[in-house]
Formats: sequence, C-alpha cells, structure tokens
Amino acid sequence: MSTPLTHLHPGDSATIIAIHAEEGLHLRLQALGLRNGKRVELIRQAGFSGPLQVRIGTTDVMLRRTEAAKIEVCKA
Amino acid sequence: MKRIALLGMPNTGKSTLFNRMTGGAARVGNWPGITVELLSGKILLGNDMVEIIDLPGIYDLHGFSDDEQVVRHFLHDNVPDLALVILNATQIERQMSLLLQLKKLNLNVVVLLNMADEAKKYGISIDCKKMAEMLDMPIFLLSSKYGSGYAEALQAIVKAMRYPTPGMAEELRSQLEQDEYIEAEMARVLQHAVQIPVQMPEHLSDRLDRIMLHPWLGLPIFFGIMYLLFQGIFLLGQPLQEWVAAALDWLRGAALEPAVGWLPSILQGLLLDGVYNGVATVAAFVPLIILFFLFMAMVEDSGYLSRAAFLMDALMAKMGLDGRGFVMLLMGFGCNVPALMGTRVMRSRSLRLLTMLVIPFSLCSARLQVFVFITAALFSPAAAPLVLFSLYLFSFATAILTALLFKGKYRNNEPFVLELPPYRFPTLRQMLLRGWQEVSHFLRRATKFIIAGVVLVWLLTNLPPDATPGGTDTIAGMIGSWLHPLFAPIGINEQLTIALIFGFVAKEIVIGSLAVIYGQIGDALGGALAQQLDWVQAYSFMLFTLIYTPCLSAIATLRSEAKSTGFAAFAIVWSLALAWLVSFLFYQAARALGY
Repeated sequence: MSTPLTHLHPGDSATIIAIHAEEGLHLRLQALGLRNGKRVELIRQAGFSGPLQVRIGTTDVMLRRTEAAKIEVCKA
Repeated sequence: MKRIALLGMPNTGKSTLFNRMTGGAARVGNWPGITVELLSGKILLGNDMVEIIDLPGIYDLHGFSDDEQVVRHFLHDNVPDLALVILNATQIERQMSLLLQLKKLNLNVVVLLNMADEAKKYGISIDCKKMAEMLDMPIFLLSSKYGSGYAEALQAIVKAMRYPTPGMAEELRSQLEQDEYIEAEMARVLQHAVQIPVQMPEHLSDRLDRIMLHPWLGLPIFFGIMYLLFQGIFLLGQPLQEWVAAALDWLRGAALEPAVGWLPSILQGLLLDGVYNGVATVAAFVPLIILFFLFMAMVEDSGYLSRAAFLMDALMAKMGLDGRGFVMLLMGFGCNVPALMGTRVMRSRSLRLLTMLVIPFSLCSARLQVFVFITAALFSPAAAPLVLFSLYLFSFATAILTALLFKGKYRNNEPFVLELPPYRFPTLRQMLLRGWQEVSHFLRRATKFIIAGVVLVWLLTNLPPDATPGGTDTIAGMIGSWLHPLFAPIGINEQLTIALIFGFVAKEIVIGSLAVIYGQIGDALGGALAQQLDWVQAYSFMLFTLIYTPCLSAIATLRSEAKSTGFAAFAIVWSLALAWLVSFLFYQAARALGY
C-alpha cells in the first residue's frame, strides 16, 4: 500500500517507490541517497510542523513536509 | 605547475585534508557547505611543486546551486592533473555515485575513503583492494582528522601524478545523466566490496539527539546553550581584556612615553594618543576574540548547527527563510562576511537575497568588542552580561522584523533538504588552528584600517592646531555639531558621532577611536565614558552600533555576492533607517519613563 512519506510515524520503515519532484530536487534527493527501492526510516518530526528527520542507510537527512509529500513509499 | 583538485560531497573532510597537506588554514566545520570558495596551496610533492585546490563540496556534477556551478566551471576550465576524490567511508553506499560520475570524465583519479575512524565504529568494513580492482582506481582508507593512512595515500598521489590526465570528455553533461548505469554499477561494487551491518547500532548521536531534538525541549535547550556560551565568553573574556589593557597602559607609561619624549609634542600626541591608544585598546580584545572563536569552533565542529537548522526551520519558514538561514545568522556571530558567502548553497536567488539582507543584523565579534567594553564600563558586574545578552536578542529581533517586512518582496519556494551529520569533537589541533586564523585575521585588519582609522580620528579631534583637543572647535567637533540635530534625539553626543562615522569602516575602530577621542585607555577610558554618559545614552548608542551597518568588508561582500550595487545600497539605507528608529524609540521611551 503506497502512501506519502509524511504519513509515516516516527520509528516506521518503508521502501521508496516513487519520487515526484522537479529535476533539481530529484537530483539532490538522489545524491543524498533517496532513490527508488531504498529503505527509509522516519526518525522524528520537528515541532510546529517543522521538518522530518529520515535515515537512509547510514545517512540522516532532514526535509520539509512539502518535500516529503513528494516521496511515495510502501510500508511493507 | 601540476594541479591537484580535491573533490567530494559536502562535509566529507576535504578542507581538513587540505589543511593537513598544505599546513594551510582552510576553515573547517561539521556543516555541509562550509567551504564555498576555491582555496589553493602549494606543496612539494616528490620532486615537484604542485598546487592543491580545495573545491566546495558538491552532491552531483550537474547540480544547479552556485557552489556546484563553481566546481563544474573550474573542472571545465582547469582540467586538474589529478582529482583527489574524498568520500565519507560511513556513507559510501550513496557517495559512490559521485565517484562514478567523476570516473566517466576520464580524470586521473585517486580515491580516499575518509573518516575511516568513524566507519570502524559503525562496523562498516571496506575491502579497498577489491574495490580498487573493480573500479580500476587506486583507493585508500584514511582519517584526515587524525592522520592515519595519510602517508600511504600521499605515496599513491605522488605515483599518480607521474601519469598525465587522459583529458576530459566533451559531452560532459549527457554522460553524467546516465543514472541507471551508475545505479547498477554502484550496487555491483557495494555488494562485493562493502559490508554494512543491517541494523545500525544505536550511537551516541542518536542518544544525544533524543534530548537535543526533543519536540518541545529542543528549542529551550538550544537557547539555554547559547545563553551559557555567551555568558561564558563575557565572564572569562572581559577580565582578560582588562588585564591586557592594563598591561598595555603600563607599557605606555614605563617605556613609550620616555622613549618618544624628545619628539615635538604634536608628534608625541599623534603617536601616543592616536596610534598607541587606539591600537592598544583594540589589541586588548585579542584574547577575548580567541576565546570567542574557540567556542564557535566547538559549536561548528560538533554538528550542532545542523540541529539548530532542524529545530528552527518551522519558525524560519514563517519569515520566508529556512533552517540554513538561521545557521548563517549564527555563523554571522563570528563574522558576517563568511556567513554572507555561505548563502551560496541556496539555489533560489530570492531566498539568497532575503537571507543576505538579514545576516548583517547578526551581532558579529567586532561589535561584541564594543559592547563588552561599554557594558563593563557603564553597568554593574551583575547586570553587564544580561545587558549583553539583551543585545543578542535585539540582533535576532531586527533580523526577524526585516525578514517579515521583506519576505513578500523575496518570495521563494526553495526546497529544504539537508544532511544531518553525526556529532563530532574537534581535535585540539583544529581548535588551535582556528584560534590562530582569527589572530592573523585581526592583525591583517589592524594593519589595514585600524591604524589608518585611529590616526584620522586623532587628526580630526586635534586639528586645527589651536583648538582644544576633543573640543567643539576641532574638525570632529564641527562635524559632530553639524550632525547633532540627527543624533540628539537618540541621545548620541558629538564625540560618539565621530566614533560611529569611523565605525562604518570597521567596528574595531569604534573603541579605538573612543580611546583617541577621550585620550585614555583601559579603566580610565571606561571611567571617562561613565562620567559623560548615563546608561540610557550608552544603550541607545549600542543599539545604533548594532543595527546601523555591518563593516565595509561586509558591504563589499554583500555587493559582490548579490552582484548588485542597488541591493547593497538598499541594505545600507534600510539598516541605517532601522537603527535610527530603534534607538529613537528606545531613548525617548526610556526618558519618558523617567530614566
């Protein structure tokens, strides 16, 4: 079942199945390790609807909810 | 001369390695994007002199941010004889994409897997030999922070320099976009040469972050840490400054006055009251500045800046900025100039301009010297640190106000995606290097304009020759009274007006020129100030000094980074207007309340 990354709860892991972003952002996300098929774990959310902290392998990345909403993941 | 370029993703330790190779002084910190300029150094390698260039970190070769373009243009125009590619060994599974991109360019490459010490802690094992075979490139593990593996790598570099670069492929971009090939190749190499534990063990960083990034404790902890740091700087640094000032004052009486006694009195005055008083007063702050930057280096190297970006992003978004902008404001506490240059990592021009508009309100270390001096002279020892902290709050408040007012003009929807590095501890060597950098930076400024500034102030406050020094009949007095209608409503007298005019060039000159104007240094100068000013006037003066303008270097940087004279002019006019308004409101309100 696919959902946007923003719907995960802290501690959840999921697999990235699609990234719907314009070219520049897409490249940056890829370079940080966010690629299709990669496992991603949501570590925490900042207060006041702030950014999310996610972990891909050994890299921790923070990104805003607007960007996270463009990443589609599968929870299985 | 042969040329070696250091290439890699942000925050992989390129500058640390550069410093180790060249003995140089590139600024290092645990923040992705701390190097935004090209730095070069020359060393003897084997039998030849070679030039080493430290390039800004890039995520990929066809990125669109200013720093990525800098690197691409550099590679295009100056094909290096050797590309030294530095990867973070703990993040090898994603950083290899950049290596494969570079491999396609047919550059002469030596690969260094840095942070071997951290990778070991994470339980990541890398078979360098196997990886080198598969990629057909020399690959070495090292720790450029601690130096292990360095000698071996250096040998390989000397060897590689003997072979010329095969030349760069022309159809650079089209080649770079073969992501699918890169992905398949990455998987193949990783599978055979690298072992990463499936479940990452819990690290100190994770445990610390559970507290530091706590949803509602995180921000109070952040402000608490900042408060303690600034208190620490004041409580440790202010007595140091007083001791040095007293020592320099003693030196004047004991050695300098007798030594120049035979000179005509006007020359004596210029040398002692002008140059010596001015420069000595500024020089007394060197220990405080070293202390300040040691604290800054600890914060920057620890990785806490990225946490600050995480915590503050939501609030910054409401002002049209992002978490990186907040980090630039914090870096601006050291010096506004590198903070302004640090905005190069932003891709949206609007966001960059808005961030550059607020950075000059960041209370830099030069302004800190003025405030430490005046608060120590005018306020009780218990109140002084609090007064100083209140100025930091004003610094934030003016930045916030400016962003809120102009965010409509600089609208942007730049994505915010940033790496969160683990916590790291700076080595003693790194901290000492940073302290030395700041001393030499100060000495350069001192020789450049502080001496010229204080001499000019002395001349203005002592000419024409028949005038009373510092009186209303001197040139300075005349300028002061001419500007009086503008400065009287904010409680700033003629003498302080002159100091402010010169403070436009550099804030260090403000205290230097006060020493010249009042003809005193150290405790005596503080006493003279306290006699002439009450705390309301002093605070109004400090508010104006904080807001009215960054120094000349910052304005020049603002102009060159924005590539717009109009923008720089707008930034100056706005901050002058805001400074006057804030001081006016404060001064008149305090007087109306009977203070």
